[in-house]
Amino acid sequence: MDAIILQILNGLDKGSAYALIALGLTLIFGTLGVVNFAHGALFMIGAFCAVTMQRLLTLSHTVIDPSQTDFLGNPLQTKVPYLASVFGTEGAQALITWSVPLSIILVIPVMLFVGWAMERGLIKHFYKRPHADQILVTFGLAIVLQEIIRAIYGANPIQSPAPPMFSGSIDIGEYLGFQANAIVYPIWRLVYFAFSAVIIAAVFAFLQFTTFGMVVRAGMADRETVGMLGIDIDKRFTLMFGLAAAVAGLAGAMYAPIVSPNYHMGMDFLVLSFVVVVVGGMGSLPGAVFAGFLLGILQGFASMNEVKAVLPGIDQIVIYLVAIIILLTRPRGLMGRAGVMED
Amino acid sequence: MKRSHFSRRGVLKTGAVAGAGLMLPTYLRAQDSGFTNAPTGDTVTFGFNVPQTGPYAEEGLDELRAQELAVQHLNGEGDGGMLSTFSSKTLDGTGVLGKKVNFVTGDTQTKSDVGRASAQSMIQKDGCIMINGGSSSGVAVAVQGLCQEAGVIFMAGLTHSNDTTGKDRKANGFRHFFNAYMSAAAMTPVLEKAYGNDRQAYHLTADYTWGWTQQESMAAATEAVGWSTVQNVLTPVGAGDFSSYIAPVLNSGADILVLNHYGGDMVNSLTQAVQFGLKGKQVNGKDFQIVVPLYSELMAKGAGSNIEGVYGSMNWNWQLEDEGTKAFVKSFGEKYGFPPSNAAHTCYVQTLLYADAVTRAGSFNPCAVAEALEDFEFDGMGNGPTLYRGADHQCFKDVLVMEGTASASGNANMVGYDTLKIIEQTPRAQVEYPEDHPMFAGGSLGECNPGA
Repeated sequence: MDAIILQILNGLDKGSAYALIALGLTLIFGTLGVVNFAHGALFMIGAFCAVTMQRLLTLSHTVIDPSQTDFLGNPLQTKVPYLASVFGTEGAQALITWSVPLSIILVIPVMLFVGWAMERGLIKHFYKRPHADQILVTFGLAIVLQEIIRAIYGANPIQSPAPPMFSGSIDIGEYLGFQANAIVYPIWRLVYFAFSAVIIAAVFAFLQFTTFGMVVRAGMADRETVGMLGIDIDKRFTLMFGLAAAVAGLAGAMYAPIVSPNYHMGMDFLVLSFVVVVVGGMGSLPGAVFAGFLLGILQGFASMNEVKAVLPGIDQIVIYLVAIIILLTRPRGLMGRAGVMED
Repeated sequence: MKRSHFSRRGVLKTGAVAGAGLMLPTYLRAQDSGFTNAPTGDTVTFGFNVPQTGPYAEEGLDELRAQELAVQHLNGEGDGGMLSTFSSKTLDGTGVLGKKVNFVTGDTQTKSDVGRASAQSMIQKDGCIMINGGSSSGVAVAVQGLCQEAGVIFMAGLTHSNDTTGKDRKANGFRHFFNAYMSAAAMTPVLEKAYGNDRQAYHLTADYTWGWTQQESMAAATEAVGWSTVQNVLTPVGAGDFSSYIAPVLNSGADILVLNHYGGDMVNSLTQAVQFGLKGKQVNGKDFQIVVPLYSELMAKGAGSNIEGVYGSMNWNWQLEDEGTKAFVKSFGEKYGFPPSNAAHTCYVQTLLYADAVTRAGSFNPCAVAEALEDFEFDGMGNGPTLYRGADHQCFKDVLVMEGTASASGNANMVGYDTLKIIEQTPRAQVEYPEDHPMFAGGSLGECNPGA
């Protein structure tokens, strides 16, 4: 039982990332009709915003310490963060350890700008082109973006730890009546799940309870009619692209302590997230979120040794297997709307 | 008006014939010399085939820095590095057999097919006399096979699978780097001393040639001292999130986790294992421990403080106190501003060893070079007295057992370099094995191929 609970937690955690990326993908597809293969790169850029915040906070000046020597026997050059002169050494260190949560204030404007620039600079020219062209151009863009990140930050994973108070693990089993140490889970992963739930709720609330959201939903249902009412729906859809980019970026930034940011991490999530979108139903926001969590949990179960003993290698294919079964039985996906991608 | 005698078809035909002639692989034009790419002018070209893009690009670029330094030293530039400490005194900084050394580089991308294609291009188009470098056993085995077919020497870079000099060994291929068996043989006595001989080990293993042989070697060595292997779980390369593989460890009854992972996989799996509270957990009345059989400086940098107290092994480390190491670290450090990695070291040494073998053989003929390398004993290159065994083309030398520590200098630029501490220099005799050892069985060197 404890193993099952652990894998459910793992599934919820992975599913959170899938759901956030798939939510953004669905927003873009639902509003602009674009199949955005660069969306994984936006997740990756978000993770590197966390790295950038860490680097900004650790910007340093060099102090030469003649009492010590470096590996070549020269006087040791030590780096002292500029922050230390403002907050003192301990204060600066405390701030630096909070670089991942603090990166949220960097992620939102950066990702809104990146999303806006992508949409206005490139993707808008492909609205009337076939989906295959959109896939090719956005996939090419993803490769360009990841190579830019590699050129700036290198190819090695960069450690971006969670703040010390969230970096340990918690014995959940004790709260559930299990013996001590039976269900130990990293605190940051629980934080990530809670953060994802808040973001998903905020996006739905924004679309459901604001005038802007109402217009966007109307535009998703019938773009022409909304346009005839004198509303500049294109402008709102561009903003939605920025919002989707920001959601992906936030998902990436907060994921940095779980998987150390590296330049190809976006590609690792992209294909899985597309499967999530298709399983949830193209254009369905609740479908994307539900399928994200469902497939995350199934992937967790499939990784259990007991399951793999019966079905070796199932952990590698379970998501695609479920996708095939669902598409054969419900071609529109779990919550897909009629008429979407059916022409 | 005078009419031209050139027809469109004629120009095309002539162009095609001339183009084909120019593009004729250099090695085909050199067959008269009896071996592939025999150098004819006053220069000779080495091919450095390393990952310059992809997940191991940082390691590949460090190899490239060392290879460039080796070429400078061979050509008499710089301070000479290890040439002054190398026990063989044939290299005098005037190139190799009087020819100045040039080099070209290729990008393996850490993909076997790409690495093979790039080596092929360097041999056929650039006329390389030997290929050196790499950061993956899969790529090394593929490139070694190509060099055997093409008739050039392959001086492997960072490749740690038993198979490279085991079932996939080739007469034209040579490995200076240590292997998975040696890691296990060096580490097990240290692990037994630190953790006792009643331990339950759980292995997470990268699902490819290196991971398999590393796991097999660690399991065999630790079981021989009384440990038992609870489970071995194969994980996909580049999984990123290992949580679903780590969670089952918690209640498996294991009290040791062996991470047979390398590069980014090791950084992520170790970090996540620590996040799951495995380090410091009490199981079977003992402290839970994590072991990483193969360390590198760049991995240590990525894993940060998570490596504290974690044992691993290395082929070489810049903190060694011998004269060869000091000379190399000084050369490299002054040129680049940081210490060399063990990947850089093995590529530097391999380049010098090849040049030395050519000089001793008095020929670039790969079969003469191979003969000079076989059973060659040398010293002054950083690991004490070393043997290039003729039977399998594997180097035998001391192996380092390392422990992750907090940064000794507190210098952020040195993380990964000073967060690994040498705790034992395991003598060569302890890591030697017979050439027909079962873990290396199933292959044969075959005949040396000069390419003629």
